[in-house]
Amino acid sequence: MFRDALVIATKDLKIEIRSKVVTYQIIPLGLAVVLFFGISLNGSPDLLEKTGGGLYWIALLFTSLLAVSRSAAIESEDRAGEGLTLAGVDPAGMFLGKTLAVFAELTFVGILVGGALLLAFHLRLVGMPVLIVSGLLGIVGLASAGTIYGGLAGSTNIKDTILPLLYFPVVSPVVLAATRAWELSLGGHAGQSGVWVRILFVFALIYCVVGIIFYERILEI
Amino acid sequence: MTNQPNSLLLTKTNISSPYKVVGLIGVCGLAGTVWLGLFVTPPDQFMGNLVRLVYLHPPVAWVAFLAFGITALASSLYLWKRTRSLVWDRLAGASGEVGVVFTGLTLASGMIWGRPTWGVWWTWDPLLTSTALLFLLYVGYLVLRTTSLDPNVRAKRSAVAAIIAVIDVPIVHFSVLWWRSLHQPPTVLDPTLTPHIHGEMAWTLLLGFVSMTLIYVWMTAVKYRSLVMGDRIESVWLDAALSERRAESLVGNP
Repeated sequence: MFRDALVIATKDLKIEIRSKVVTYQIIPLGLAVVLFFGISLNGSPDLLEKTGGGLYWIALLFTSLLAVSRSAAIESEDRAGEGLTLAGVDPAGMFLGKTLAVFAELTFVGILVGGALLLAFHLRLVGMPVLIVSGLLGIVGLASAGTIYGGLAGSTNIKDTILPLLYFPVVSPVVLAATRAWELSLGGHAGQSGVWVRILFVFALIYCVVGIIFYERILEI
Repeated sequence: MTNQPNSLLLTKTNISSPYKVVGLIGVCGLAGTVWLGLFVTPPDQFMGNLVRLVYLHPPVAWVAFLAFGITALASSLYLWKRTRSLVWDRLAGASGEVGVVFTGLTLASGMIWGRPTWGVWWTWDPLLTSTALLFLLYVGYLVLRTTSLDPNVRAKRSAVAAIIAVIDVPIVHFSVLWWRSLHQPPTVLDPTLTPHIHGEMAWTLLLGFVSMTLIYVWMTAVKYRSLVMGDRIESVWLDAALSERRAESLVGNP
C-alpha cells in the first residue's frame, strides 16, 4: 500500500510540476484572494490583524479546491484511473498517494500565501509550534477529504460545479478548528488552542481512515 | 411508444394503503400537537408563549437526524456486497431527500424562535451554523444522486458520500456542548439523560415526536415509490428506443 502510495504521489507531483498548474494557477489564486481580502476590508490594519488567521484558511480552502479538482482530473482524463485499477494498484495506496501529492502542493502554496499574508497584513509570528502543527493537520484534513470528494465528483457530467458543493461543507470543521487555532496562536494565546488542534487531528484521522476504507468503492465501475 | 410510461404511471404510482394510514395518523397527530401546544399547555415561566415552538422545533430536528441516520444505514447495506440491492440505494435517496426538507424546516423554525429570543433572525451560533452546513452537505448528496453516471456507480458513490456525511450529524448535536453557545441546552434530555420537561408539556412534545416520525415514514415511502417508478420509466423508454432502432434497421435491410 505505502509503496503504491509513493509511486502515485510521485506521478501526480511530476504531472503537476510539468503542467505548471501550481505555479501559474493555484499560487496566483491564493495571492489574489489575500489581495482582495485586504481591499474588501479597506486595508484596516486592526481588522486585518484580527482576521488574519481566518483569511489565511479561506485562501487555502479556495486554492485547495483547485488542487483537488486537478488531482481528480488527472485520473478521469482518458480514464487513467481505470487503467491504474486494472494494473493492480492498491486503491488504498492510490488514495494515500493522491492525498500525499495534494498535501505537498498545499503545503508549498500555504507557505507562500502565509508569507504574503504576514507581509501584507503586518502579522506577528508568535506561537510557531501551534501554527505549524495545526497548519499541517489542517492541510492533511483538506487533502484527504478533497481526494475522497474529488473521486466522488470525478467523471460526472457536473464535476466542476458539484465538487465545491460537496467539499466545502465537509471540510468546514477543519477550517473552523484551524482558524481558531491560528487566531489564538497569533493573538499570543497559543496555550489555549489545544482543543482545536485535537479536533484537527481527529478530523484528519477520520478522513484518512474513511478514504483508505472506501476509495476502492469510489473507483469501482 | 409514449403510452407505455403513462399507463405505468397511472397504474403503479398509487402509494399502498398501510402507508396512507401511517400518513393520515401522522397528520392527525400533528394537528393534535398544534391544538395541545396552542390551547392546552401553559406558557413557560421565562419564555412565555414562545415555548410553544418547543412542540414543533425539536420533533422536526429529530426527524432530520433520523432521516440522515436511515440514509447512512441504507447506504452501508448497499455498500456491503451481501446485501447490495438498489432497494437500499433508493431508500437512502428517499430518506435523504426527506431529511433535507426537515433540516430546512429545522432551520426555519429555529430562526422563527430565535428572532424574539435572541433579537435576530440569524446568529453565528455553532449549532445553527452546523445545521446549515449539514443542510448544504445533504443538498450536495442529493445533487450527486442526479449525476449522469451508471446507476450502480452512482449508487456506490452516493453511498460513500452518505456515510461520510453522517459523521457530521453527531458533531452538529454535540457542538452545543463542545462550543458552549447561545443555544439553549437540549430540551428533552441533557448529557446525563435527565428530562427537563414534565406533565402535559412532555406528553404534547411526545405526540409531536411520534407524529413527525410517522409523517417521515409516509413521505419516505411516497418518495421511494416515485424513485422506483422513475427507474421503471427509464427502462421502458430505453426498451422502446431499442425496439424502434431495431424496426428501423429491419426497414433499411429487409
